[in-house]
Amino acid sequence: MSDDVLVLTLLTIITAATPLVYAAIGELVVEKSGVLNLGVEGMMVCGAVCSFAVVHATGSGILGVVAGAGAGLLLALLFAFISLGLQASQVATGLALTIFGIGLSALAGQQLVGIAYEGLPELNLPVLSELPVLGQLLFSHDALVYGSFMLVAAVWFFLYHTRGGLTLRAVGDSPEAAHSMGINVLRWRYGATLFGGACAGLAGCYLSMAYSPMWIENMTAGRGWIALALVVFATWRPGRLLFGAYLFGSISILQLHVQALGIQIPSQFMSMLPYLATIIVLVIISRDQGRIRQNAPASIGKPFYPAS
Amino acid sequence: MLFSLQRRQQPSTFWVFFAPVAALIMTLLAGLVLFGLLGIPAAEAFYAFFIEPVSSLYGLSELGVKAAPLIIIATALSVGFRAGVWNIGAEGQLIAGAIAGAAVALWFYEVDAYFVLPLMILAGMAGGMLWAAIPALLKTRFNANEILTSLMLSYVAALLLSYMVHGPMRDPDGFNFPESRLFHEAATMPVILPGTRLHMGFLVALLLVLCIWLLLSRTMLGFSLKVTGAAPRAGRFAGFSQNGAIWFSLLLGGGAAGAAGLFEVAGPIGQLLPSVSPGYGFTAIIVAFVGRLHPVGVLFAGLLLALSYLGGESAQISLNLPVAVTGVFQGLLLFFLLAADVLILYRVIPRGRRPVIDERTREASRNQPSQAHRSEGNT
Repeated sequence: MSDDVLVLTLLTIITAATPLVYAAIGELVVEKSGVLNLGVEGMMVCGAVCSFAVVHATGSGILGVVAGAGAGLLLALLFAFISLGLQASQVATGLALTIFGIGLSALAGQQLVGIAYEGLPELNLPVLSELPVLGQLLFSHDALVYGSFMLVAAVWFFLYHTRGGLTLRAVGDSPEAAHSMGINVLRWRYGATLFGGACAGLAGCYLSMAYSPMWIENMTAGRGWIALALVVFATWRPGRLLFGAYLFGSISILQLHVQALGIQIPSQFMSMLPYLATIIVLVIISRDQGRIRQNAPASIGKPFYPAS
Repeated sequence: MLFSLQRRQQPSTFWVFFAPVAALIMTLLAGLVLFGLLGIPAAEAFYAFFIEPVSSLYGLSELGVKAAPLIIIATALSVGFRAGVWNIGAEGQLIAGAIAGAAVALWFYEVDAYFVLPLMILAGMAGGMLWAAIPALLKTRFNANEILTSLMLSYVAALLLSYMVHGPMRDPDGFNFPESRLFHEAATMPVILPGTRLHMGFLVALLLVLCIWLLLSRTMLGFSLKVTGAAPRAGRFAGFSQNGAIWFSLLLGGGAAGAAGLFEVAGPIGQLLPSVSPGYGFTAIIVAFVGRLHPVGVLFAGLLLALSYLGGESAQISLNLPVAVTGVFQGLLLFFLLAADVLILYRVIPRGRRPVIDERTREASRNQPSQAHRSEGNT
């Protein structure tokens, strides 16, 4: 493979991995607070359609990003109200959110099908982006790619090096203890859930603005669910999550290149790869029950309501 | 917060039954708002969605056609949900069943024998069970979350179906269209109402409701499943096998979904197409919840959600709305139901109001002899 092809491949891996990074890092924070939001797919697909619609109407990329994050945030608020405020089953509410989000996005986006958009502008960092190979690889992406790295670093720093992060983890591990320390458990869980929603919205926004700049019904194609699996794969650690997202990005790009190399496998089998890889990875990580128990937030998915 | 929740002394029986009705009313109101936003007169939309589809005998029979797979899948899923087994991949199991059953139909193409259809049904169930056995194995053997594995397998099944109709099962005389041959007479479901598409599958659905109701209310197996879901620790002490519950729930769900998939391809569709279900496997999850995880409730919920499909189709034709409206309504219904369910276990107390003191609580505290009194009696 020549340098050019290699660089191009690596660039497509970055674009495939970025939405996974956003969706998964958001869900990681949600789960760290003890909440399991299975609605990532629904929030993501609504983020995609909202940001695309806003960009199409206003021409402003920044407004599009804000709209995507806002859409995810609003849906997460709905989820939080029902599962935290009203104590409904988190699993069922998350599923409802996914079904609702997919329907709503298809309804909202029916006028947008088939419109093309030139994609987010690349931010070419001066001087650095002119370096051979590395310049193109590292320093000429759109702002959301840089943002994803900064977000992972910020989440890592917040979780493990700030008082707030300690509080959030306490809320996820032992809400009773946190409550008796005077921490408002529900408020922290609301906050984490909304953050996760905004991140899922950004993930969708990246899909419809950069990965494939257009709107197709159901365009997330299960990426929200893969992001959920990635959180388990990363055993709830931001660093490993970044690695996992790039691993999955590579797998989903692999299918395109195998065909380009002329290997005769029906395309459908290649398209199965990301889903099969998700299953395999889940099995490998989960079989070590001790490791999961050690790393998973102890109270994940369990409702908590302060007794008045 | 604008309100706080106060736990009831006992779950409210009234709200167990009334919550789905309240959710339905809320969904209708939300629907009116939605149609308002889309600029469609409420009465017209309401008529197109809920009245027109069932205003004829044919419409009613179509309701049964749509309800059959929903009821079959949701009845089986609700058993698993009660046992705490989250099989979210019924859509994939439905597709696997459709492929397996279609394979038998095509293998015996133009063989006019009575055994073809029963064999197809068996193959459909086996296909669905096989697809569901994967998450069961991965869960019991490797502790892998069945929600994620069963869901991922749905995407895999959809791709497998696409491969089948583009490749091995494509109609050799079909001008390269991605579809199989039309199933012949002996390989299609008998119609129970002449002139309509209502097939045997609807009777199977009713029978399954009865069987599952008996299973849950009259057998030890049903009891052990309910205990395992409601109180896993108690279930373990009683010697009920957790792994057994996982296997049983997933195989039951997979078998039912597989049969439902076969009924679709051998019934209303009549051949294998790139898409064999408008998301019945996912909607069945909503049906199970709206039906309170109870077979009889599922029967009514299945008819209701079937109406949402018919309404969506009718609104598409007469109002030019996208079919996606169906998904919006289904999601809203489940949201409202989950929200209304809070009233079963809790009282909602608006901010600034004092918690209600139960008549029973007061009575209980009055009847309790005080500590001092009791120690007096001992001496």
